[in-house]
Amino acid sequence: MSADPTEQRAPRTASVVGALLRAQLRLELRTFESVPAMWLFSVTAFVLFHFGLNVTQLSANLASGVLWVTLLLAAMLVINRLYLADAEQGGFDGFLLSPADRGALLLAKVLTLLCYLAAVELVAVPAFALLLLQPPLGQTLPALLGVLALGDLGIAVIGALVGALAIRTQARDLLGPMLSLPLLVPVMLCVAGATAPLFDPLRAGAIPLRLLVALALYDAVFGLIAFALFDFLLED
Amino acid sequence: MYGKGLRSLSLITAAAVALTLAAVFFWAPNDAYLGFLQKIFYVHVPLAIVTLCGFVAAGLMAIAYLRTRDERWDMRSYVAIHLSLIFGVGVLITGSIWARGAWGHWWVWNEPTLVSFLLIMLLYATYQPLRFAIEDPERQARYAAVFAITAGAFVPINFAIVRLAPAYVHPRTLSNISGNLPGRMQVVFYLAMVSMTLLWITLWKFEMTAKHVAAQLRQLRRLLREDDDDAPARRSAAPSLTQVGRAS
Repeated sequence: MSADPTEQRAPRTASVVGALLRAQLRLELRTFESVPAMWLFSVTAFVLFHFGLNVTQLSANLASGVLWVTLLLAAMLVINRLYLADAEQGGFDGFLLSPADRGALLLAKVLTLLCYLAAVELVAVPAFALLLLQPPLGQTLPALLGVLALGDLGIAVIGALVGALAIRTQARDLLGPMLSLPLLVPVMLCVAGATAPLFDPLRAGAIPLRLLVALALYDAVFGLIAFALFDFLLED
Repeated sequence: MYGKGLRSLSLITAAAVALTLAAVFFWAPNDAYLGFLQKIFYVHVPLAIVTLCGFVAAGLMAIAYLRTRDERWDMRSYVAIHLSLIFGVGVLITGSIWARGAWGHWWVWNEPTLVSFLLIMLLYATYQPLRFAIEDPERQARYAAVFAITAGAFVPINFAIVRLAPAYVHPRTLSNISGNLPGRMQVVFYLAMVSMTLLWITLWKFEMTAKHVAAQLRQLRRLLREDDDDAPARRSAAPSLTQVGRAS
């Protein structure tokens, strides 16, 4: 709140981000469009992998790959829909009419994706451990959570940028995954490499820290790029 | 005049390419291990470096577009990516031939340079579909610029990250390429580098001239018919210049 009520001031970015995030999550809670679909998709994907690979339990490398490919493809489902309401029901117009900083919308979308991904992993990771994983997760869970957080951040940053790039094109359902998957390959490479030792029943290898550092840097760099370029996607 | 200096540039490029080819085939020594096959290196490596530099240059041109909103920068960026994509296909093909000859496989996953290059090609392959999917020319240019900058930044970062991956900590098979080439090979390599860069620039300039002439022709036809229909004829992934006549 401004001290002088007559003074017109742009709202603080943090409060704008909070408002946008609340709106987005409320929308999700009322419609249940995205997260349940991702739950179902990931569990179905695990079943598909079971039959496709014809194994009951996966070795460490394979397990980490299966988990991350599933999460990545599940994320594709929401990246395409992330800006749907804004584009079709006037959300962009309303936001552009407000004095808020445009970066706030990007930040809110990144946080929304992070929330969605966390919600999905809450179901998908236990389901994965139950269905396909040999050793119990137990001890490695904290490390796994760390890797998941870094990987989710990468997916969220690139998803929020690419979603905005693809939403107002004529082939958005195709362009979203086509644009974001190559950009996410380095993320995939780092998280899959970092997760594999966690799924090793012998707990032989340590997590390659340099992969996590590289991933964090990748997240940061693309976060900055997305923040710098997002304004140009919202001009009309 | 748009095509100014194009003729002399073309002649220089043709001479440089001819000289390089002559040097590659008649002057450079045969590799002791790979023999004649190693000569593909003088095409493949410069082609790859020029392609990647072209992608990064397109990103810089896109920055210039977003700063100036001059549609000619969009055109330059578009032509640069288009040309680099074509060069990139050449890189993948020559790389495959080389891999087959040197390692016995058409594709080698544990060679990070090869894998990074494939990723970059996969990303840039979506550039034209993205443009084609946006009808409004101004928005098309703006979104394409955002893509070109993001992808241009992705090029070096991707190379760094793929090299970190655990599967790739093999001894670098190609590590002696840039470092310690014997004298004559090094001279020929730099010669090939120069002529490949010239070739890229010449083709880029040719394409820019062609686009410019096409736009001028369209404008003249419109003047002849005396209608003010300014709309482009059909939807296209390529940008079209609307303000013709200014020197570039």
